[in-house]
Amino acid sequence: MTATAITPGYSRALPRRVPFRQTVRDSLVMARRSLVKMRRTPEQLIDVTVQPIIFTVMFTYIFGGAIAGDVASYLPAFIPGILAQTVLTGASAAGTTLREDMDKGVFDRFASLPIARIAPLAGALLGDVVRYLIATTITFAMGFAMGWRPEGGLVGVAGAALLIIAVAWALSWIFALVGVTAKSARGVQGISFLILFPLTFLSNAFVPVDTMPGWLQGFVSVNPVSHVITAARDLCNAGTFGADGWLALLGAVVAVAIFAPLTVSKYRRHAR
Amino acid sequence: MTEPRWAIEAHGLVKTFGAQRAVDGLDLQVPTGTVYGVLGPNGAGKTTTIRMLATLLPLDGGSATVFGHDVATDAHRVRQLIGVTGQYASVDETLTARENLDIFCRLHGLRGKAIRTKSDELLAQFGLSDSATKPLQNFSGGMRRRLDLAASLIARPPLIFLDEPTTGLDPRTRGQMWDTIRELVRDGSTVLLTTQYLDEADQLADRIAVIDTGRVVAEGTSDELKAQVGASSLHLTLDDAADTEAARRIVAEMVRADVALTPEARRLTAPLTDADLVTDALVRLRDAGIRVAEMAVSKPSLDEVFLTLTGRGTAAPETADSEEHAA
Repeated sequence: MTATAITPGYSRALPRRVPFRQTVRDSLVMARRSLVKMRRTPEQLIDVTVQPIIFTVMFTYIFGGAIAGDVASYLPAFIPGILAQTVLTGASAAGTTLREDMDKGVFDRFASLPIARIAPLAGALLGDVVRYLIATTITFAMGFAMGWRPEGGLVGVAGAALLIIAVAWALSWIFALVGVTAKSARGVQGISFLILFPLTFLSNAFVPVDTMPGWLQGFVSVNPVSHVITAARDLCNAGTFGADGWLALLGAVVAVAIFAPLTVSKYRRHAR
Repeated sequence: MTEPRWAIEAHGLVKTFGAQRAVDGLDLQVPTGTVYGVLGPNGAGKTTTIRMLATLLPLDGGSATVFGHDVATDAHRVRQLIGVTGQYASVDETLTARENLDIFCRLHGLRGKAIRTKSDELLAQFGLSDSATKPLQNFSGGMRRRLDLAASLIARPPLIFLDEPTTGLDPRTRGQMWDTIRELVRDGSTVLLTTQYLDEADQLADRIAVIDTGRVVAEGTSDELKAQVGASSLHLTLDDAADTEAARRIVAEMVRADVALTPEARRLTAPLTDADLVTDALVRLRDAGIRVAEMAVSKPSLDEVFLTLTGRGTAAPETADSEEHAA
């Protein structure tokens, strides 16, 4: 064994709390762990690789003619919509992944380490950003292959991608809360779907809002996802960023401010 | 600066799960620089106690400090002083051994070359160098345990909790684990270990607390406990159950110790300080016309320690093997 003696417990000067810089650093290490895990279990990536390919093609040809007259004129409205839907579907898996992870022994070790309590959660959600990037790239590529030529150019498209990913990360805290609250991974999945479907389908993602009944329009117009999609359309198709963009970002900040502390406190209590 | 004496001080620890009091007013004082054994059957509250001391479970009552820091109010400081190796390996199944150590090193603040150096050192120390890049799914229980302990030692903590470190291990791996624990203490660590095996506590621990239903029922050095239990014990099976009471009186007088009746009928057990006394006892039984069907002298088992200390057998059968499969 090593020759150096262990520093005695009483002679150590120890910080009482985790410094903020270490919190960030620990979270990044946890994100790194998510990435290593993704590499080891590539089947986790099906919902952000195969699904965007199928959904983008399927919905374009199903809805395109009916809603916009032809496929080509549907794409500018549809691609940002399906992108938000796909990325949010990816985000909804956060709870299930977290739950499965927490049921394993390794989370016990995380709990006993002198690291920020939020790090295992924030890190896992941060690692998911890579999944969103994959889904975004594939969705845009599919759109391009079907003839979509965004007027906003590369900057607009990149801006739309960033906006949607940021909002998805923020909303993933909702699913994380479900993950640490529900009793089993299966339960998490069920509840996550119940949250995901209204959020994505009761929006302007697929069809124009004015075709919906009035009461539904009411919900759709306050749904932050609608604002994200409108903002993403503006960015992609015109290269502009307006009120919808700011509202979307505000919604994201509010979601994190509410759900991140709730998730962390639930997680602390869960740490059996 | 003189080192204060206690690595752990716990007073009146309580943990309830629903109506069940898993830990029920437990006191513990662990001297710095020693191996302290917590001995008890399944369900005695060993794991719950460790989890409370390691800040993994909130206390429902009582108080505890680790090197003077309160586990409830100063958890972050406590976590900087401990390493925890649970009953079930707390490592990442999907990753390789090296990837696991890499993550844990980073979480302990190591960066760059130091990670590689530390990981290599630990992998070599625990005989895992050849399996470093294999996924853990292919690891045996013993390898997982070793990796788990390796991960606990990254920060060279002055206090290490080991929850049944050898349950389910083969004898050779168990011996290696014992050597590792001895080395840790030689380097200056304090080790708190739980075990169901008297033999293990005997071999490793400087002091032992015997716990049952969430309380300490006896505490002392191995020798002190053995003096209570007897270095070995006498087992007698009588021919006729009707003689039980008479035989008990005779044996108690002759071996100068309390005689316990085991749950099986017609069986007597008594601690022995001097094996020569057995002869006298047997002669007296024959003189009294009490026929003995079977006689044996053996080292005390955990069951007998319990029988002597609590007046009854261990509550739960040992299920170490099935637990290992579940893990």
